[in-house]
Amino acid sequence: MIKTIGFSLRTLRFLRLCVKKDSLGVLGALVAEKNIGVSKGISMNDNIQLLMGNEAIGQGLIEAGCQIATAYPGTPSTEILQAVIDRQEQAKEPLHIEWSVNEKIAFEVALAASYSGKRSAAVMKQVGLNVAADPFMRTAYLGVKGGMLTIVADDPGPHSSQNEQDTRLFCLQGRVPVIDPAGPAEAKALIQPAFELSEKYEMNIVLRPTTRICHSRQNVAIEPSTILKRQADFRKDPTRWAATPAFLPALHRSLNAKLEQIADEKSWQPRLSQGNGSHPGTALVASGVVYSHLVDLLEELGLTATFDLYQVLMPYPLSPAFISIMRNNYERVLVLEETYPVIELQLAHPGVVGKQGGRIPREGELTPDVIHQVLAAFLQLESPAEPAVERRGQRPSLCPGCPHRAAFYSIKKCFPQGIFPSDIGCYTLGMNLGAVNTVHCMGACISQGAGFYQSYSQDGDDFPTIVVTIGDSTFFHAGIPALINAVIQQTRIIVVILDNATTAMTGGQPVPHMGVAAGGRATKAIAMEPLVRACGVEFLETCDPYDSPQLEELLIKADSYIRRPAGGVAVIISRHGCIMDPQVRKSQPSRKISILDHCIGCEKCTGAFECPALSMDRDRKIAVVDQDRCIGCGTCVPVCPVAAIVQEPLS
Amino acid sequence: MKQQIIVSGIGGQGVLFVTRVIAQMAVNRAIPVLTSETHGMAQRGGTVLSTIKIGPFSSPLIRTGQADLGLLLWDKNLPVHQSLLKETGTWIINSTEPGDGIRLDAAEIARNLGNAVLLNLVLLGVAIQRKKIAFSVDECRTAITQLAPQKFLAQNLAALRMGLEYEQLDEQ
Repeated sequence: MIKTIGFSLRTLRFLRLCVKKDSLGVLGALVAEKNIGVSKGISMNDNIQLLMGNEAIGQGLIEAGCQIATAYPGTPSTEILQAVIDRQEQAKEPLHIEWSVNEKIAFEVALAASYSGKRSAAVMKQVGLNVAADPFMRTAYLGVKGGMLTIVADDPGPHSSQNEQDTRLFCLQGRVPVIDPAGPAEAKALIQPAFELSEKYEMNIVLRPTTRICHSRQNVAIEPSTILKRQADFRKDPTRWAATPAFLPALHRSLNAKLEQIADEKSWQPRLSQGNGSHPGTALVASGVVYSHLVDLLEELGLTATFDLYQVLMPYPLSPAFISIMRNNYERVLVLEETYPVIELQLAHPGVVGKQGGRIPREGELTPDVIHQVLAAFLQLESPAEPAVERRGQRPSLCPGCPHRAAFYSIKKCFPQGIFPSDIGCYTLGMNLGAVNTVHCMGACISQGAGFYQSYSQDGDDFPTIVVTIGDSTFFHAGIPALINAVIQQTRIIVVILDNATTAMTGGQPVPHMGVAAGGRATKAIAMEPLVRACGVEFLETCDPYDSPQLEELLIKADSYIRRPAGGVAVIISRHGCIMDPQVRKSQPSRKISILDHCIGCEKCTGAFECPALSMDRDRKIAVVDQDRCIGCGTCVPVCPVAAIVQEPLS
Repeated sequence: MKQQIIVSGIGGQGVLFVTRVIAQMAVNRAIPVLTSETHGMAQRGGTVLSTIKIGPFSSPLIRTGQADLGLLLWDKNLPVHQSLLKETGTWIINSTEPGDGIRLDAAEIARNLGNAVLLNLVLLGVAIQRKKIAFSVDECRTAITQLAPQKFLAQNLAALRMGLEYEQLDEQ
């Protein structure tokens, strides 16, 4: 069995089946011939590591000779570029790695590198592709030169995203081929062939892992990196790289022709694990990690190799040979895919059981339990017990000592009736403190704050105080144009930039004002204050939110500024390093926090302040400190109305 | 060998580390393994769940009623994740309160070693000692040595030892 480690057992099982029982004509022959996604002979001596899907993908990029890798962090995609950083010594040729300021920029940097003939990759989460949509859509027409992969991690569920959009459907709309791997090892094994496909057709190719691949670990074989010996060589061709509308019909025609050829590519055809003929006319079709769930489920139910089972590797463009086999050979087809009905739409098969008829849930993750229900109904098996009512468990909250908590508490305290647009990041959790009223997409808070102002100010001068909160990384990502707009539209809002010197939610990637680039490389720092002033902001103050009296004074001052005749946008930079950063922890004093018996049990510290290191002792009706979690920051001390929270220096 | 394990806790408790240790033991023995983990916002103190499937599986997720073993680092998660365990499965639970499964105040044991976060390896030690995981003490030590930062290695191994030596008198 050692030989199977590093690519999925499923692949091997399938190959065995193919060789043994290949009798399905064209498609069967196609699949038997293929070996994409199967690593070259892995022996016991090969280096096998336990890799997370994202690490496997990062490793795969290095092995395939990718020379420019760019990304903006976002769960579940973040660890891909981090893996490229961590493993860069394995690269045999120069490798530029960057945390770009946003996904559009990441895409465009990788794109031009590809124009010069190098292999490149841009990495993002699914909603990051919305940010990069503009260059992404045009790239379909213009194409690429060196292999280019756009790796877009989807989040069915969603677990850590603002929606569960399906990148495969985005690709259908954008006319871009998309690959849907079923596991970490397979995701890595598909990278080299995906680059080859990209170069053969001069097309950008999307690899779409999902959360359950990104954040799964598996035995993965490490292979040496490819040497491509490419020199940058941009061949000027204005009819293509600067194509005006006059050239676009021809480029569009060529795109459509390429898509037809790609759909026929032998090595990317759906893979068949043929059944034993006991259920003629019935097929099971799945793609992505859902395919893996289905394989395990069939085995657990004793149904392995009883049905014709297809894994769709490339959901768009879907193979026409496959579509016609489905139409001609099968009356009933179960299609399992996350999250939207992309294969189902293209199959347009009258016997499909899928999402469109509502027989498969149209929202949420297709977990093994959901698939069990669906499969039981489709095959008229004994239906499994209704899954237990899902319980939510402990909700996440800002860490003990998080500077954002102190800032939110002060904001809410100063303006109990305020409107609080916020944004994407850890600080979204400010909603637990009632200090976050809207969360939309990267950078939206400033423009939404401006929109609230325009609407309220039409009704009179007594507009509510609008306090926008935005993190430092989000500010650089998409906040600057919004700030300029708010200023030139003469908006009267307070913008609090929550500067914790890092991209915290995704694990601490560098931000432009810290002078550090990917992997700790030193670079120029772009200071925030001159940038804010250059946007036309005349009220700018900075303070540490741990100093709540000062922050509260500044907030009141800012409110009076925005209401002055000559007032406008006020910006306060709330600056304190992320408490997850060990250096920050070390540099600030830690005190022993205790609660005295005269606590009145008002729950302000556990509710309105919501520190997870504080909880209510329901029997004694007083608050208690969880010393395992408390970091002794002391920000809770001023919150107590009866001074029952006390701090003393640690010995 | 086929075994399905879940590790349940809250963000920051070391669920990911103990997940990796278990999976690394499988890799070291050249057995296929798959895990799934919770990353992202839930890691900020919210409920997190890891699954580990050892043996010839394809999917990293565990279906209702299929887990052989559950390590529960945060006992309030029991109602959230208990449906995943087989009827014959075993819970090993960090708790100060009586109830189902093998229960011990692993946090207190870990605190005495210097850090409550070490409770993850105390629970793993109990699982190994009671042969609820098909790996030996030596295999476990090797995996911890591979994965723990050098600075904390001794502490980690001490936590494992505390779990291995733990005797539960009132096991249910």
